[in-house]
Amino acid sequence: MLATSRNFEANARAGLADDNLQRALGLARTGFPLRRRLATERLPEFEELREEGRAIKDHTLAHLDFYLELYESNVVASGGKVHWAPTPQEACAAVRQICRSVGAKTVTKGKSMVAEEVGLNEFLEANGITPIETDLGEYIIQLRHEPPSHIIAPAIHLVKEQVAETFRAEHHALDPARSLSEPRQMCDEARAMLRPRFLAADVGITGANFLVAETGSSIIVTNEGNGDLTQTLPRVHIVMTSIEKVVPTLEDAATLLRLLARSATGQEFSSYTTISTGPRRPGDLDGPEQYHVILLDNGRSALLGTEFRDMLRCIRCAACLNHCPVYAAVGGHAYGWVYPGPMGAVLTPSLIGIEEAGHLPNASTFCGRCESVCPVKIPLPKMMRHWRDREFAKRLNPPVYRSALSLWAWTARRPALYHAVAELAARTLGWAGRYRGRFRSLPLANGWTAVRDMPAPEGRSFHSLWAERRK
Amino acid sequence: MRVALFVTCLVDLFRPTVGFAAIRLLEQAGCTVEVPRAQTCCGQPAYNSGDRADAKAIALQLFDAFAGYDHIVVPSGSCAGMIRVHYPGLFADDPVNLPRAEDIASRTWELTSFLVDVCGMEEVTAHYDRAVTYHDACSGLRELGVKLQPRQLLGSVVGLRLEELSDAEVCCGFGGTFCIKYPEISDKMVTDKAADIAAAGAEAVLAGDLGCLLNIAGKLSRQGRRIEVRHVAEVLAGMTEEVPPIGAPR
Repeated sequence: MLATSRNFEANARAGLADDNLQRALGLARTGFPLRRRLATERLPEFEELREEGRAIKDHTLAHLDFYLELYESNVVASGGKVHWAPTPQEACAAVRQICRSVGAKTVTKGKSMVAEEVGLNEFLEANGITPIETDLGEYIIQLRHEPPSHIIAPAIHLVKEQVAETFRAEHHALDPARSLSEPRQMCDEARAMLRPRFLAADVGITGANFLVAETGSSIIVTNEGNGDLTQTLPRVHIVMTSIEKVVPTLEDAATLLRLLARSATGQEFSSYTTISTGPRRPGDLDGPEQYHVILLDNGRSALLGTEFRDMLRCIRCAACLNHCPVYAAVGGHAYGWVYPGPMGAVLTPSLIGIEEAGHLPNASTFCGRCESVCPVKIPLPKMMRHWRDREFAKRLNPPVYRSALSLWAWTARRPALYHAVAELAARTLGWAGRYRGRFRSLPLANGWTAVRDMPAPEGRSFHSLWAERRK
Repeated sequence: MRVALFVTCLVDLFRPTVGFAAIRLLEQAGCTVEVPRAQTCCGQPAYNSGDRADAKAIALQLFDAFAGYDHIVVPSGSCAGMIRVHYPGLFADDPVNLPRAEDIASRTWELTSFLVDVCGMEEVTAHYDRAVTYHDACSGLRELGVKLQPRQLLGSVVGLRLEELSDAEVCCGFGGTFCIKYPEISDKMVTDKAADIAAAGAEAVLAGDLGCLLNIAGKLSRQGRRIEVRHVAEVLAGMTEEVPPIGAPR
């Protein structure tokens, strides 16, 4: 996927001016946090579960090589194959090779952010293979030729009227008289279109929420059941996923699943949780003939041993997006690449570079709400600040900003001078604002006064007044 | 108890009344209060901009300024959080100064939390005849657990009726340099906050951080809403008659 993270400011302005987006985000901003809160309040041990989830991931990351090799050996033992993909190009090439070996024309896909990360749909189309998204949200945005704007609710940027318009424009057999005003009606329409595609597909590609080392299994959760149809009906099942999804045991996966659904949608458990271990065995009633796992690295292993390692604990629940006031203001497309919101602000610079994605870790007030809801306690603001450290060290900030900061810091290290400057500023601004008590505009403060007034100081600095009273 | 007040740079420049209110409250709680002159800022603008060298230099200056006091009290959750939560991390790679960072961190408190949690203050002597709402500033809330302390003290203010804000724990969009670097996003956030404040039916909005208050007051006055904005310390210390609300004409 081509990144536009460099244009974050323009993207954000477009998002703020988009009435449909603002309507859609308005619904999401209240819905997700409320449902998560109710779900966690119903589970008294939720805080302990978060600690346990963090410990499972930390342990796995500390022994990642061991668990990945164990996982591979168990995939092979159950008749499947693991394809190691250091880069997106190698991940795509592995999919192409598998598809060609079975003469695949169409591929159904369950939701996979790793597939977005490697640009799989564009790649398949360029190679004469038709990918069909089967998650309802992914299906809608595929019709609209848009990227997902959220990691678990890819079409959250749309209101239902836009979905109806899309179906009318793209479903050529759709009777114009048929009503599409209710979500249920749109769901039925999508289902009618997708059912024959499921049956016709040669290959099914899903992501994975977790990989289980002790059994060689992949686990997906969905609420639509589309993942099950995608992975059981075609002759070949490809799991497109990344190395940090592995956990040691099924028990560990169960612990993380309890955290995932509650953090993501406020459900106690997702509607469908499907564990796949290898291809169809003799005597099985259904299942694919071939089972492949593509394991993408794409810069993840390079985060081990750095200040960004904790990001690899992420289980992609989207609680940080759902609780982020910046995400709620601008929407996911503003972030300009696959992963938006706080987790994207940390992960995106790791994967595509701080030079491209520098805005993302800066566009945060460090309000800390993301960290407070993260099911595996990733210190997201701290890691955004680490990106700012690297940016500053590489001198990527605008020169004016660096100079202003240096001048301020130089003054702040000289208390006598600092107090004199503060008193002068307090007196000057206090005098200028003495009648109205506020400024509608102020030189050098346009960023502030363009959107709000600047309250006037009282007129004297505290330290000057204190010094006078102490005499 | 010998207590040092860390005034903070915003209170020093914009709202000295908050500093005097803090001193009055601390004295009512039985503390001996001093204001070391060698203090300026906590270093947060540098720290949050990735300039760790300047942040450390400013922090070292505070170590000296506040040496020897039993406690350091700050009328801001953000600046108190910087010292209490972030200083030890800032010096994690500096074994010489890390103990000093941990020492100052353990002695530093946000004002309302110090009054209630350390001094055991249960009520104040103040009068403020308003329907009031309270915005939970992010750092105080999530880094220091400041939530019930200001509400408990406000409960004893005569005439004050607390109307809780929907989304009181959602950021107002200030965020230090964020509000200048991304003004449109900050605007959206503070516009939502202003709408919530109006919907709460409040005649006044209070918080414990001047950054948030300047942002909220600036937005409310730009919108022409007549809602008073004040630091919680001014109300608790009974100093509302002495100075007009933030951003209001004299």
